[in-house]
Amino acid sequence: MAKELNTDYWDKDLVKAEEPREYNTLNVGPTHPATHGVFQNVMLMDGEFIVSTEQTIGYIHRAFEKIAERRPFYQITPLTDRLNYCSAPLNNMGWHMTVEKLLGIEIPKRVDYLRIIIMELSRIADHVICNSVIGVDSGALTGFTYIFQDREFIYEIYEEICGSRLTTNMGRIGGFERNFSPKVWDKIRYFLKTFPAKLQELENLLVRNRIFMDRTINVGAFSAERALAYGFTGPNLRACGVDYDIRVMNPYCSYDEFDFIVPVGQSGDTYDRFMVRQEEMKQSISIIRQALDKLDKMEDKETYFAKDPRFVLPPKEKVYNNMEALIWHFKIVMGETDIPAGEVYHCIEAANGELGFYLVSDGGRTPSRLHFRRPCFIYYQAYPEMVKGNMLSDAILTMSSMNVIAGELDA
Amino acid sequence: MFEIIPERNQLVVKKLTDCFGESIERSEVLADMLCLTVKSAVIQEVIFFLHNDKELQFNFLTTLCGMHYPDREQLGVVYHLHSFENNHRIRIKTEVPLSDPKLSTITTIWPSANWQERETFEFYGIIFEGHPNLQRILNVDDMEGFPMRKDFPLEDQTRDDKDDSFFGR
Amino acid sequence: MSEKQYPKMAPTVAETPEGVSGQGFFATSMEKAVGLARKNSLWPLPFATSCCGIEFMATMGAHYDLARFGSERLSFSPRQSDLLMVMGTVAKKMGPVLREIYIQMAEPKWVIAVGACASSGGIFDTYSVLQGIDRIIPVDVYVPGCPPRPEQIIDGIIKIQELVGNESLRRRNSKEYEDLMKQYNME
Repeated sequence: MAKELNTDYWDKDLVKAEEPREYNTLNVGPTHPATHGVFQNVMLMDGEFIVSTEQTIGYIHRAFEKIAERRPFYQITPLTDRLNYCSAPLNNMGWHMTVEKLLGIEIPKRVDYLRIIIMELSRIADHVICNSVIGVDSGALTGFTYIFQDREFIYEIYEEICGSRLTTNMGRIGGFERNFSPKVWDKIRYFLKTFPAKLQELENLLVRNRIFMDRTINVGAFSAERALAYGFTGPNLRACGVDYDIRVMNPYCSYDEFDFIVPVGQSGDTYDRFMVRQEEMKQSISIIRQALDKLDKMEDKETYFAKDPRFVLPPKEKVYNNMEALIWHFKIVMGETDIPAGEVYHCIEAANGELGFYLVSDGGRTPSRLHFRRPCFIYYQAYPEMVKGNMLSDAILTMSSMNVIAGELDA
Repeated sequence: MFEIIPERNQLVVKKLTDCFGESIERSEVLADMLCLTVKSAVIQEVIFFLHNDKELQFNFLTTLCGMHYPDREQLGVVYHLHSFENNHRIRIKTEVPLSDPKLSTITTIWPSANWQERETFEFYGIIFEGHPNLQRILNVDDMEGFPMRKDFPLEDQTRDDKDDSFFGR
Repeated sequence: MSEKQYPKMAPTVAETPEGVSGQGFFATSMEKAVGLARKNSLWPLPFATSCCGIEFMATMGAHYDLARFGSERLSFSPRQSDLLMVMGTVAKKMGPVLREIYIQMAEPKWVIAVGACASSGGIFDTYSVLQGIDRIIPVDVYVPGCPPRPEQIIDGIIKIQELVGNESLRRRNSKEYEDLMKQYNME
């Protein structure tokens, strides 16, 4: 039986008389070591609690959209690398698929599967950074140091395919530049064999760790409704409990043939974001395994690009020895091929959410407008609301769990 | 490819023309998405309508970006909306004259439009009326000009090591 | 645990500078001794803005291990660091911040520009990007690449170590150095 509290005898004046609060301003960033990127947050602090936050961004604004208006389609791929540089191949594939949509190229199944392997590998590479950095920010450097060694292995796979590590410029419009060598397959299989155990080790280090739990549970929580209003996508939205995944909702690249779970969180706090990413990595591993299986069952082991000569570069040996091939190579790279006028929007489930490309072509050699929907740029706006009333140390964790990548944020 | 659902598209067009009549200038399906061109005066109402309609339920602003049409002396804004409920995407376009680029804000509907409108303002100089804090966001505050307009030079103007004759400029 | 045998590595010993040695003593010039100490205990300040920063993380990680060169102690405070490592694009908005950080560093200080963007603006010849950090601060070593591989970054560190080890003790008081600083409007 709840009894109503009688406050008649309380000293009302004493309760009311609150000292005038004294706030102080704290400047976090733009080169603060704990922000993992160049953003500035000017925080109004009440003791150790955050009253309000004012964000400044644009410290590495590089004018991607402006450059894209001056570059032929092939030369835009390196720009997409530098959007979310933790998972560059994902961006490359997204861009290539956008152009393919504009041109209406049919992509062979085998290319789709190869792409899926690469995309899921880079999703793992991205989530590994984010999750291990959450560990670092809550005081556990160990996981970061160890898992980075395995992350290097993903780079080695990239290297074997395209020759570079981080900004890969991988693939071509219509497929890949060359077939995967046997070494690539060996490396992928070795990675699938060794990585899950390491991932589990990272999880074991943190998930039931009392300090980690206390630091992350109910920190930076966000409701699904607010998250949608703020344009959250990807793992951050799923952590809030909305099962929005473009791979399922608008399947591209034959994702509809694969079985995987879309992990969903509950409260949208830092712990949920960590767990959603962790589960997604496991699902990615399963998707890669399925793709390998499908590729094994395929009779065709040679196809690695679409049968469309408009955008497929001729093989290098021919370019060096054959005049026509050289001319063709030059024409494609310099953007002298015919491109239909039109406009398309294509989006993929990138590591941080919906990475969209809105491409308007007027038939010229360059796009007349290319807009990137950068997930970070849109959801980072919610940061002041997420950290309001929290402690400063929690705000740092919230930021690292949102996985804000400066390159994507500022374009 | 997004799935094209003709009935859904027709429903959207019908509801909007019923409600706004002449203000819906054009509707067409481009590639895999319904694209509507709307008069700039009613853009806020149209989007508010799409957001609130019980049947359409466009609950998510995917993206918002500016455009420049130098030959027509017009600026444009393109909105991509998404209805999670129906898994339906549409594109809405509107144009404002270059001489008087003013448009109503949609930050009242989605707070996520805040920075995107600021970015559009910075890139194209489109003024979103009613925006809580319409300032430059990516560049330095004292920058002059609107960089994404077609007449703005891309290259850094302070470089002197580039010989234009080598680049055919 | 697997019984994997790792090759035994010799403990890293700094190279002895030229000098006279006899029983129980070793004599060399002050300059060389200071150079030796400085070069093997560089405290880098990572000014990582973009992609190259991720490669730097890999360089610091267990796989490439920058600690082998005496630089494992990252100093995030400019006041206590010797080496400013600028990694990634520096936009015009960031320029004043970078300059401020350089000014805050105590002498002697060195700067390494990692990556094409920091060295020259790289592929981003645009209105918003600073075309090379040497427009606002003096740079000692440039590392090319977009982004450079960790091996290249390590190579840059070794180049810096050579510079540091061979630097004259009087360089920072010389007329040339003063002129250099004046060129950048720093006193």
